Amino acid sequence: MKTFRLILIYCLLIIGGLIMAFPFFWMFISSLKTAAEVNTTPPTFWPQRLMFENYVYAFSKAPFLTYFKNSLIVVGSSVSLTMLTTILAAFAFSRLKFPGRDFIFSASVGMMMVPFEMLIITNYTTIVKIGLMDTLTDLILPFTSSIFYTYILRNFFFSVPDSIYWSARVDGATNWRYLWRIMVPMAKPALATIALLNAIVSWNSFLWPLIATNTTAKRTLPFGLYAFMSASGIRYERLMAAATIVVVPMIILFILFRRYIVEGVSRGGLKG
Amino acid sequence: MRKSKAEAEQKQIFFGEPLLYLLPFLIGLLIFTVYPFLNALLISFKENYNLMTGAFTGFGWGSYSRIFSDANFINGLKNTALYVLIVVPVSTVLSLLAASLLNQKVKLSGLFQTAYFVPMVTSVVAVGLVWKWMFNYDYGLLNYFLSFFGLAKINWLNNPAYNLPALIIFGIWNKMPLTIILLLAGYQNINPQYYVAARVDGAKPRNIFFRITLPLLAPTIGLTLVVNTISSSMVFMELFPLFNGNPGSAYSLYTIVYYLYDMFYNQWRLGLAAASAVVLFLIVMVLTIIQLYIQRNWQNY
Repeated sequence: MKTFRLILIYCLLIIGGLIMAFPFFWMFISSLKTAAEVNTTPPTFWPQRLMFENYVYAFSKAPFLTYFKNSLIVVGSSVSLTMLTTILAAFAFSRLKFPGRDFIFSASVGMMMVPFEMLIITNYTTIVKIGLMDTLTDLILPFTSSIFYTYILRNFFFSVPDSIYWSARVDGATNWRYLWRIMVPMAKPALATIALLNAIVSWNSFLWPLIATNTTAKRTLPFGLYAFMSASGIRYERLMAAATIVVVPMIILFILFRRYIVEGVSRGGLKG
Repeated sequence: MRKSKAEAEQKQIFFGEPLLYLLPFLIGLLIFTVYPFLNALLISFKENYNLMTGAFTGFGWGSYSRIFSDANFINGLKNTALYVLIVVPVSTVLSLLAASLLNQKVKLSGLFQTAYFVPMVTSVVAVGLVWKWMFNYDYGLLNYFLSFFGLAKINWLNNPAYNLPALIIFGIWNKMPLTIILLLAGYQNINPQYYVAARVDGAKPRNIFFRITLPLLAPTIGLTLVVNTISSSMVFMELFPLFNGNPGSAYSLYTIVYYLYDMFYNQWRLGLAAASAVVLFLIVMVLTIIQLYIQRNWQNY
């Protein structure tokens, strides 16, 4: 009876896992097929001949290398800037005492309810007015202050006992030193989680690049992929090769840091 | 209450300093969140607003009466509501099943988690393209599977009647990972002693699930329902890979956010875009208040 139950659990788990992961398998397999093999019935579940040419085609017909580089620059800068503003603000909200602290914090948390879609109208005007339209900077700047991450980190900082702070102060450490020498090293797991969530959201960002860039040279990967689809028509083996280029880095990131990502997501999902 | 001496001293020491720590965060927040939020509220009441010059002819409810008499916006509200009403319950039930399986002590749990969760971290545009390919009328996998059961091919992406079902199927798959993760966290918060006690009393597995697991999981389920309702209300990006950036094959699959985007980006009618944004905000606000209520009052662990 017990073995039967266990076999049933494994079977269901495997079936469910296959269904959830299947689109990725199909993406990859299709990307290695010839045009003729893609359009055959019944479909083949393993390519007859591995067509790596589809990848060569994607890279040669659209500047995927530029897209990739842009994505790395945008993700790298926006994660580092967000981390900096988040660490400083979370420290002020949790450790420093000043009039209006709780009010500013509550008001900020309240702003979490505002959907980003509501902000694009004015943010578009802002970046046009300050002359940043169609630059990589405009893909980074609107996302440097994250209320959600500040909220998470503030809660973590709050859990650090006061006694550590006071003994550091007695030893003559300034707030600045205390923050960077003691708090930040202690918060490494929380910071890693925040950085990873931020990197995922930033890498997959689509709406803002669609609005705030208009030349090929400034596109990031998801928008570049969409433009590739519009420009080169529906040739699924090539589209799947391009889509694979976009998803593989995030899949690797997920496999490497699964625990941190799952832990972070369980606190409230993926938010910018 | 009289402040303690240490506290008063601390306040004195730190006065002025907090601002330096907060400034980088607050500047970004004010310029790119607070100001655009208030401005969107304002624009929604301005008549004949011009985004670049800032000119307008007066204040009024004009934009609101116009969106609510615009067939596309009504269509968007209807489609979004249908999408939410199907995607959220179905993905929750399936996720509950998956979470109860993943919660078992099995080998290779890391591998299983990766398989179940990876759709969450991958670009909607990229995975949307695979779904577009699987929904393909002639050579798509879904129609091929349907043929096993003797069913006729469905023109998922070009027959307007099947556009919403296609969007919903993609949506369920896409929403499941986050839901499973939240439910798993809920499972792990259940005190194992309940199960020990139930087993001592000789309870059947089915009764354990319905009498112990489900009631204790209720707050988490409520939370996932709200979180998913909020994120499903913003369905939009999925339309780009599936329908080449159009709201369905016959322009009949508007969603609230697609309408917002269309009014802003394609039609350049800012008042209507802002008014629909305010409607979206009000929906999210009500849902968030429900979410906070659940988190405050139902958390029993």
